[in-house]
Amino acid sequence: MLETMPTVPSPTSQSHSRVAEGSTPTKPAFESWGRYPTYNAKVIPLHWQGDFPAVAQNLHNGILPVGLGRSYGDVCLLKDGNLLATPGMNRIISFDPETGLLTAEAGISLAQILDFAVPRGFFLPVTPGTKYVTLGGAIANDIHGKNHHVAGTFGRHVTEFELVRSDGSFYYCSPTKNPEFYAMTIGGLGLTGLIRWATLQLKPIVSRMIDYEGIQFHGIDEFLALTEASKEIEYTVSWVDCTSTGKNFCRGIFMQGDHSSKRAPLNPSPEPKLIFPFDAPGFALNHLSVAAFNTVFFHKQMKKQVVTLQDYEPFFYPLDKVLHWNRMYGKSGLLQFQYVIPWNNAREGTVAILKEVAKSGLASFLAVLKAFGDVPSPGVMSFPRPGITLALDFPIKPNKSFPLFERLADMILDYGGRLYPAKDAAMTSTQFQAFYPEWEQLARFRDPMITSSFWERVTGDQPNL
Amino acid sequence: MSQNQTENNSPQRRILVLGATSGIAEATCRIWASRGASLFLVARNPEKLAAVASDLRARGAAFVDTAVADLDDTNSHPALLGHAVNSLGGLDVAYLAHGILGDQTKAEQDFNTTAHILHTNFMAPVSLLTWLANFFVQRRTGVIAVLSSVAGDRGRKSNYVYGSSKAGLSAFLDGLRNRVDREGVTILTIKPGPTKTAMTAGMKGSEKFADVNAVAKSIVAAIDKRVDTLYVPFQWQPIMFVIRHIPERVFKKLNL
Repeated sequence: MLETMPTVPSPTSQSHSRVAEGSTPTKPAFESWGRYPTYNAKVIPLHWQGDFPAVAQNLHNGILPVGLGRSYGDVCLLKDGNLLATPGMNRIISFDPETGLLTAEAGISLAQILDFAVPRGFFLPVTPGTKYVTLGGAIANDIHGKNHHVAGTFGRHVTEFELVRSDGSFYYCSPTKNPEFYAMTIGGLGLTGLIRWATLQLKPIVSRMIDYEGIQFHGIDEFLALTEASKEIEYTVSWVDCTSTGKNFCRGIFMQGDHSSKRAPLNPSPEPKLIFPFDAPGFALNHLSVAAFNTVFFHKQMKKQVVTLQDYEPFFYPLDKVLHWNRMYGKSGLLQFQYVIPWNNAREGTVAILKEVAKSGLASFLAVLKAFGDVPSPGVMSFPRPGITLALDFPIKPNKSFPLFERLADMILDYGGRLYPAKDAAMTSTQFQAFYPEWEQLARFRDPMITSSFWERVTGDQPNL
Repeated sequence: MSQNQTENNSPQRRILVLGATSGIAEATCRIWASRGASLFLVARNPEKLAAVASDLRARGAAFVDTAVADLDDTNSHPALLGHAVNSLGGLDVAYLAHGILGDQTKAEQDFNTTAHILHTNFMAPVSLLTWLANFFVQRRTGVIAVLSSVAGDRGRKSNYVYGSSKAGLSAFLDGLRNRVDREGVTILTIKPGPTKTAMTAGMKGSEKFADVNAVAKSIVAAIDKRVDTLYVPFQWQPIMFVIRHIPERVFKKLNL
């Protein structure tokens, strides 16, 4: 199995056509959310703040701190290396109900933070589409959410953290303390050291509910008009149908919401009960089934416009209801693709990409479109920038997915955009280095023992062990 | 917070936790903390103990006090327990959660290793139980919850030293219950199956072990209901029933 994987950075796309087929002989101890690529690695759980760097003393194949494995590609993988799993390090260190400042160990998940904070009248300042990510992972990937246009990235709300290096040195990092480590660690893909704990500025809420509005749109210009009209609304995101062509091209649902200002009980969330129980067979997701899903999804909202009060769980985390939903894509896994194109080319680029995807016939039914705002991120390597972002996911089809990917990535490059490392398993080193010219700075701040399969793939930068 | 208020009606308000940095104990304490209980935590490592204590304070414990102690030192027990009771202003629940897995292979060759496992997992709890049982009997109330193990239900070659320490502990608890239950004191023997904690991290098959928060939830519920014996997860009860009833002439040939 492993020899069929593109395991090394490939300057050409040749290895990309050799896609994994069939099953993995033994399930790897740690998988990323896309379940592609899959590598063997040793998982070393951390339970206490003092465990690192002691546990790493006698390790010789490189290390990588990881959280809950929700990044899609290989930023959270290290082939034949050692993964320091942080979710056991999940204690709250302090919480100030006056200011909403929460300090916690970096392995705490956003779900655990919400369970703690919501009954106390606080919410995450920024949340991605799943709550099963760790605080440390959220910082390392400088994640964004539906409120990027007003709140910026997650890292903007991290007031301080402690970074520990494999040589035992440690740095308190904030915009004023060790600012260079602060800026390189936010969005630094876990490479600068282990984040031991972090302080997050939560925001007050008075209800679990979101004042929700869903509006159907047809075409990119309606999407842009809705974006312009909703600048004052905290959360906006769109689902877009990228299987349809002709008059249904770029149809979608624009979803927007604000935290309800009407006081209501702040109960903790119930635990999820549904688990996707097995790997779906490879044929389950095809062009027809996805096109059917898209049509149903579009018309599920019968009216042009729906206004309602919705709990935050289905609003932010519709897929978290089904644990392991990625199994729907079967054993071969899925590929994510998320770009941002700056405003000057955003409209043209997005139309061109959507056309290319529709033409390819490679189905994607979780397509998410959003306008990023111009709030700057504190992270040097942070992905978001002002413009349009589109996230797509595809089942992996031999000889089809990777060539499409490479075409799309080159288009993104031409439009002056970039791809999101947390969702990538396929960009070439040439593409990465053009997207992120700042990568050489990160290389200088990288902990010499820490690396990832992503980093080795896109830079060829080997650890100094 | 409305939830905290409703659960505050639980009678278990003042809780002593011995071995508070163990994975199962910490998960249990988080539930008690969210209910607003008062906790006295004992553990050996001061940094770990402080990390657990501040977490429980943040989670809503009404009061948290700690003592660093090596529970192998049985001579220190009376003073330690007296101090805990004073600090909490009384005691409703004592939760014994300390223990070590030990190195079975080494113990097979070296009696001192075996003796150490037996001392930590059996002698030390017995010392604590003697003091605590008499304390509660005097007051004719209280719950003593003790982490034993399914491994104590039958000795197996893979971990019989640990297993026999827990077997001794379970037998001691049976007898103690027989003595003090009629005095109003509940003795709860907890027999967890393999659980995902720091103690079992890296063990073969550990990704299939029980979730520590689910185990903790069952323990809290069993203490509330004053149950005698808890297998957790519950599937271990029928499994251990079968294992206990395999004839010895067959059992001795198995690789368990």
